[in-house]
Amino acid sequence: MTDAVEVRDVVVRYGDTTAVDGVSLTVPRGRVLSLLGHNGAGKTSLLQVCEGFRRADGGTARVLGLDPVGDHDALMPRLGIMLQSGGVYPWATAGEILRLFASFAAAPLDVEMLLDRLGLRKFERTRWRRLSGGEQQRLSLAVALVGRPELVFLDEPTAGMDTEARHTTWRLIEELRADGVSVLLTTHLLDEAERLADEVVIMRSGVVAATGTPAELTAAAGIDLLEVRADPGLVPDSRLADLKVTETTPGEYAIAGALDAAVISDVLGWFAAKDAQVTAVNTRRRTLEDVYLALTTGEKTKVSR
Amino acid sequence: MSGVFAPAPGRAPMRSVVASQIRMELTLTARRGEAVVLAMGVPLLVLLGAGLTEVTNVPGDDRLAFVVPGVLALTVMSTAFTGQAITTGYERSYGVLKRLGASPLTRPGLLFAKTAAVLGLIVVQLIALAAVGLAVGWRPHFEAVLPALGVTVLATAAYSGLALLMASLLRPEATTGAATLIYVLMLAAGGIMFAAPDLGTFGWFVLPLAAHAEALRETLSYGGSVPTAIWLSLGAWALVLVTAAAKKFRWE
Repeated sequence: MTDAVEVRDVVVRYGDTTAVDGVSLTVPRGRVLSLLGHNGAGKTSLLQVCEGFRRADGGTARVLGLDPVGDHDALMPRLGIMLQSGGVYPWATAGEILRLFASFAAAPLDVEMLLDRLGLRKFERTRWRRLSGGEQQRLSLAVALVGRPELVFLDEPTAGMDTEARHTTWRLIEELRADGVSVLLTTHLLDEAERLADEVVIMRSGVVAATGTPAELTAAAGIDLLEVRADPGLVPDSRLADLKVTETTPGEYAIAGALDAAVISDVLGWFAAKDAQVTAVNTRRRTLEDVYLALTTGEKTKVSR
Repeated sequence: MSGVFAPAPGRAPMRSVVASQIRMELTLTARRGEAVVLAMGVPLLVLLGAGLTEVTNVPGDDRLAFVVPGVLALTVMSTAFTGQAITTGYERSYGVLKRLGASPLTRPGLLFAKTAAVLGLIVVQLIALAAVGLAVGWRPHFEAVLPALGVTVLATAAYSGLALLMASLLRPEATTGAATLIYVLMLAAGGIMFAAPDLGTFGWFVLPLAAHAEALRETLSYGGSVPTAIWLSLGAWALVLVTAAAKKFRWE
């Protein structure tokens, strides 16, 4: 079976601005891929190409083995698309909207079930324009899912949602994956990507900055921070020359560098040699957030593969 | 794993997809009923003003026989062209069309549904205006209603095609402005309140409103048949504009 999404060297330009500059990625069937990046990193532009709303200015995109522009009519019944900003009749009610899209599908999901699952029952008779941002998002998600698609595109699915709705949505996306639906989602929320994605693609200024599973991205450098609490005012000497030692607050030392077991033992040995009384030792692995910030603020890291 | 979301994609039969969309269009039209009634204000004023008083010169002695069919034709244009263009322009700016484009509804499906819905609305408006005409003394030939309906369907398709084309090419504000301007120009030059400049058959080809109004006069007011040139004119307008709309229509 072909991959759900296969993007090769895609370029998207708006006049003189290059929004996407040669991005390649693959979403295998039944997997969740998360496109992570700041606003303006090119995530939505890339999604637009996959959805067939834009032709790529370079490269190719195949979705379920089809051309998103040329095969629009054959493709749409198989996709569930959640657009970033609503885009629904302002004067129609939530129930009417969901039933309209359900009626387009051969074997739609039960509308009542979706209204309940997404907490939209109360708003069934509320017109779109009177819904809050989070409620509109939940309805858009319901619209994307109602046709029982095999692949869903979710553009910032939890933007504007409160914590509870966000967790409901996450559980729903996990359930989609468990049921064999492929998912391509964009987000700028790290916990969202870390929790949901089989694979994360970090985009910066239109190019892929790093790719990998959340574990691969965070584990690449092992432990990268050692925190030690001891007597204040110790001055590092040549023994610790390969490491970056900073006393963040009096008595709190942060040590960064290539921290394997031998080096950690050296560091603690140094504190012992200084006759310091060590009261706490803490190691920290970097989080996806550290990786992300490092990549998107321009520092070089070694995690790209 | 619940299996609730197990994929089962597919499009409902096209006929029911389009039927749902027509129902939605009509529901939303009914919801802005006051706008629909207001849109009938101008035709109604023209009907009563030009039909019952001598403010304008119309050909022939029977003012109502000239004015009422013209007003009916004007209403068709107002709803199928001006109203349709403005609504569609705003639907694009709200992103509604994009959302529909991301669904199993196809482009021809949407164009057909929009035209069919607007035709439904037009039938209701025409019945209301014709009733006012009857009440003030218009005496139509009911036996000629079928050809009148035929040219009205063609005119609706042509106007709706032009509306959807404009809404695809222009920004919503520009669409609103242009659609209103064309409406006012046609109201003045279309042979509704007073006789259009006599351009003969050529006029029917350049002014679809005048052609449609003339066809309605020939049939409803005089019990005659639709001139072949008018069938050709409206048929050509419908074909060209609907084809162009289908080609140029953008979801986004």
